[in-house]
Amino acid sequence: MTATDNSAPASAPRSAVTSELRRRAPLLAGVGFVVLLACLPLLNISIPGILPTPTYQPGAMALMSLAMVFAALALSYNMLLGTSGMLSFGHALYFGAGAYGLGIALEHLGVPLWPGVLIALLGGLVIALITGSVAMRVNGIPFAMVTLAFAQAGSVLVRRNASVTGGEEGLSLNTEGVPDALVGVINTRNLYWACLVMVVVVYLVALWVDRSRLGHLASATRENELRVRVLGLKPNRARLALFVIAGLCAGLAGMAYMLLQSGTVPRAVSADLTITILVMVVLGGVGYRWGAVLGGVVYTFLDQRLTVLAGSDAIDALPSVLRIPLSEPLFILGTLFILVVLFAPGGIAGTVHAWIDRRRHRSARDEGLRELDADASANDEPVEVRA
Amino acid sequence: MSTLILILITGVGLGALYFLVASGLSLIYGLMHVLNFAHGAFLTFGAFLGFEIARRIGSDTWWAFAVSVVIGGAVGALFATLTELALIRPLYERHIEQVLVTVGLALAAVALFEGIWGSDPIYISAPPWMNETTSVFGALVPNTYWVLMAAATLLLISLVVFLRFTRFGMIIRAGVENRKMVTALGIDVRKAFTLVFAIGGSAAGVGGVLASHYTGYVSAHLGSTLLIFAFIVTVIGGLGSLTGAAIASVLVAVLQQFANYYLGGTGDLIVVVALAAVLLVRPAGLLGRTA
Repeated sequence: MTATDNSAPASAPRSAVTSELRRRAPLLAGVGFVVLLACLPLLNISIPGILPTPTYQPGAMALMSLAMVFAALALSYNMLLGTSGMLSFGHALYFGAGAYGLGIALEHLGVPLWPGVLIALLGGLVIALITGSVAMRVNGIPFAMVTLAFAQAGSVLVRRNASVTGGEEGLSLNTEGVPDALVGVINTRNLYWACLVMVVVVYLVALWVDRSRLGHLASATRENELRVRVLGLKPNRARLALFVIAGLCAGLAGMAYMLLQSGTVPRAVSADLTITILVMVVLGGVGYRWGAVLGGVVYTFLDQRLTVLAGSDAIDALPSVLRIPLSEPLFILGTLFILVVLFAPGGIAGTVHAWIDRRRHRSARDEGLRELDADASANDEPVEVRA
Repeated sequence: MSTLILILITGVGLGALYFLVASGLSLIYGLMHVLNFAHGAFLTFGAFLGFEIARRIGSDTWWAFAVSVVIGGAVGALFATLTELALIRPLYERHIEQVLVTVGLALAAVALFEGIWGSDPIYISAPPWMNETTSVFGALVPNTYWVLMAAATLLLISLVVFLRFTRFGMIIRAGVENRKMVTALGIDVRKAFTLVFAIGGSAAGVGGVLASHYTGYVSAHLGSTLLIFAFIVTVIGGLGSLTGAAIASVLVAVLQQFANYYLGGTGDLIVVVALAAVLLVRPAGLLGRTA
């Protein structure tokens, strides 16, 4: 499933040292990258055009933290779509459950941060279990519609119950129970590190899932569900477990979002957010962990830069035929998304891997989305239209 | 008693609106297995252009209303046909990617509508009769609901007649049963796919104009709200079943209106609970083929 798994047989004939190094390389690169990210708030690096301020200032750190929150969210979604092939349109529900769960626990139960996190996780677990087990009555496209409906119900609940959730206004973070080190703009650095820890935790969970029996069972179900059933295994239980794990990871990302933004708005539970996550994952490359992370980061930066661009004088001076589309970041992102699906279905990661594979003169495997669909069409049955 | 009748009739009227959207979705899904997220965009575009036309030729006359409905339908059909040819056709047989393309289109289209018409709702005017009410057994029913019901009934009848008795309808039904066989007989099934998209899009466009009269305004998000209910309706009715969609539209809308009145505005939630209940008992939907 992953790049490392694929390259293992090819490197077997080479010397033991090289293969050992090749096996460890992703691990070393990953650890090095995380250490580098952890050091960023202590360094003074300016990247004009991408970061609003030098890296040690709150502006840049807040943007990078947000990128990490979305990277974690995209990773959790990739567990569903990439590993087990479930197209969910309700993933925002679990992100919102984390954000609102933590907010409500702090505001209405008056507990400190860590018990609040625990309460929010438990709440997310219950919601994911119930909605997941109902939604799993159907597969494929109907599953997508049902998860969308559940997320919509969550969104309605949040908007209607203004006394608990703050309604349209959103719920702001009650900082009484939160340690002082995580409150306020001056402590953005600590929040940045907290987000980094969160994204590493989610990444490790995703890694564990992909390598565990559970992940293998889920991806086998994606390939051929009938065969898994014939072997006497229980595909639905594995998928439900994966759904709940992905939901909990999204909840973690939601809590980090709550702390980072010192509040949350109903958009955190909306279908719009789910679609945003989907765009991130497809952009980065379905089925690749680093692709999901990259997709989340790229999307966050693109969205931020395009919003700045939309308000710039250069755009304002253009004739309206060009000005109107260019001043809508979502229009540009939507178009980009369509182009990626049509012409580069592997996303960034899939395209890179296909390129590496070609360089090594091996037959390129199906990438990203194409792979998903090749599997889906195998157990596709026609639906009847009756008048 | 009159309250009961009022809720029942408005429920059926709302159901008629749902059916205008859901019929296209259900047809497209049944034939092509495409979950069309862009359906809401067809609807919104139809509503906006219908509104623009009606505004230019005097929006409170019947003539303007009729023209706006026709324009809405034509625009919806055109938009849908172009979508099918440019985006769906290159991805035939790759269902997940087709869904994603329509998601991207919906995202881009709604953003573009916001850019052109702004993000605030624009209030529209209608022929005076449509703002009045008709008394039915003491219940004062707004006349918009009658228009909705008439449009939906007309659509259902013409779709059934089209699918049962015309050559193209026969090809569509045969294409669903066994596409390879139909292709082998020398019939171009892809034409039927484009046609189905056009029909669905035009129903959505007409639905958009009528929905704007139902809500009293047009906005870029008109379609997305209705689309979610249309999805629920198609799942409850059974994917691909037109009759199922018609029955489910009315059931869902009536249930929603009753819950909104008697259970303190919980209509939207009740509908989702109903969806969960139907899925637990009959995963294929009310009239869906049991897998």
